Amino acid sequence: MKQARSSWISGMLWTAPWWLGFLLFLAFPMGLSLYISFCDYPLLESPVFIGGENYSNLMHDAKFHAVVRNTLIYAAIAIPLGTIIAVLLAVLLNQKARGQAIFRACIFLPTIVPLVAVGVMWMWMLSPEAGLVNQVIRPVGHVVQPVTNAIHHASGDSETTAPLAELGRDLADGPGWLSQPRWAMLALVIISMWLLGSPVVIYLAGLQEIPETLYEAAELDGASRWQRFRHVTLPGLSPVILFNVIVGIIGTWQIFALPYVMWRTGSGPNDSTYFYTMYLFDNAFRYLKMGYASAMAWIQLLIIVGLTGVVFLVSRRTVHYRGA
Amino acid sequence: MPARRQTGYRSGGGGIGVYILLCVVAGLFIFPLIWMFSVSIKPPDELRHPNIIPENPQLIAYQQVLRSESFDFALYARNTLIIAALSLVGMVMASAIAAYGFARIDFRGRNLMFGICLATMMIPFPVIMVPQYIIFQKLGWVGTFLPLWVPAWFGAAFNIFLLRQFFMGIPKDLEESAMLDGCSRWGCFWLIILPLSKPALAVVALFHCLAVWNDLVGPLIYLSHQEQFTLALGLQFLQSKSGDTPWNQLMAAATLIILPVVILFLFAQRTFIRGISTTGLKG
Repeated sequence: MKQARSSWISGMLWTAPWWLGFLLFLAFPMGLSLYISFCDYPLLESPVFIGGENYSNLMHDAKFHAVVRNTLIYAAIAIPLGTIIAVLLAVLLNQKARGQAIFRACIFLPTIVPLVAVGVMWMWMLSPEAGLVNQVIRPVGHVVQPVTNAIHHASGDSETTAPLAELGRDLADGPGWLSQPRWAMLALVIISMWLLGSPVVIYLAGLQEIPETLYEAAELDGASRWQRFRHVTLPGLSPVILFNVIVGIIGTWQIFALPYVMWRTGSGPNDSTYFYTMYLFDNAFRYLKMGYASAMAWIQLLIIVGLTGVVFLVSRRTVHYRGA
Repeated sequence: MPARRQTGYRSGGGGIGVYILLCVVAGLFIFPLIWMFSVSIKPPDELRHPNIIPENPQLIAYQQVLRSESFDFALYARNTLIIAALSLVGMVMASAIAAYGFARIDFRGRNLMFGICLATMMIPFPVIMVPQYIIFQKLGWVGTFLPLWVPAWFGAAFNIFLLRQFFMGIPKDLEESAMLDGCSRWGCFWLIILPLSKPALAVVALFHCLAVWNDLVGPLIYLSHQEQFTLALGLQFLQSKSGDTPWNQLMAAATLIILPVVILFLFAQRTFIRGISTTGLKG
């Protein structure tokens, strides 16, 4: 009895940094934020309780709808594409090749570059005139444009092929990565592919955990390269894929620095690269609407927890845990 | 019989193909960085040429950006290092102490507390950004470095988790015999656990420094005077008024910020990789 008590005291003392920090910098702020989310609070005056007004206003706020839509569109493109590319890169980097360490370093290096510098660098890469990306695309566009124009004319200049002709024109002129809404979103997706280093390293570690014997058995059974990938590599990697998808989901709701740097005010052409956290930030620190921002924060938390839960449920069928 | 190949692919077939593919992919990833450096050493009249190796390389952009009033590299670097140093000591110590408690002391409520600790890793920073700001504002900390390093002295959930996993892997025998010889818990922690945990502590320290070096949101919220800026915030500031900053100077500033990180990476590559891989596995 006495011993249990003394070990409780000692346990609480050792873990004090964590629980003190938890109470001071997490639990208390979150409680405060929940209360403020029901208040009108312009920071310099004291909060006034207004019930659920912030939440109901959000539901009718066109900007809020726009940032949720942008965030979802971005996630729907970047997460599946990023998963496929990262797994393929990991498989490639797992091949036995001389100097593999150097190749791995090249893929990983971009992820440690400060995001502000990433933004500045890519603004130049993507700049419409002198940017390197457009210097590569424009010649391709000059080949593509006549084809898309021909298709458009052949269809009698109908509305359905108009976007195709537009695409041809954009490619020939060089897309306005920083000024045209749809290209701006794509620009962010491209940059996010450049920053895939950490998931790749995690997949690489996952690949090395898959027992050699499984591949040998599959090979003895006459499994082809694709079959081995499909039935040994993918199931073996599935827990890691689940982890990375969850991290990716949480990440997209936090996108901030890159679009903030690249589009100064942050919102991009027609608000096309205005993301959830950026609008939250603007509400809090530009318009000083602390209550409104807090309501957004709580909705964000619920969305993240909800989406993570959904991913977990879906994955129960597809994720394969070895030895479990 | 020696292992013939690794993870399911014949090493014989497609050797050259794989090699070429590796070169192309690695080139794509590394190229933007090379190009950034190339632009930073180009004279202004050469900026619009697509050549990678400048015809007339010069360091004039570096001289100009370092002398300009809108980007005081030495001051920003000093500020960043001050914040990194103040928070680093606290982050490593607090995380290690709490992790030891979770790993070695069996007390009522431990598992529940550790579970909460793990769950908090899912809470994104934007959620607590606003209330934290309000609290620090009431404390009069806005406009000082305090909000940027004091919270680190309470550890971070992920680091506690990482160190706990590492501590659990250290055999208990060492501590038990030391305690029989009259060594205290604190003595065990300090003299046995910490020295044996250098690789894990290095991961925590490295990633913490990187996070401070790269952080934009924190400094953006809490620092308002230019003489307090960190490097990331300074570069953002320089870029946001880029109407009058030439590209070669922006690239020079970006290169200056990236360079220390790249050098650190070259020296501590293994620690980086170990840290990232632990993130995804062992979970």
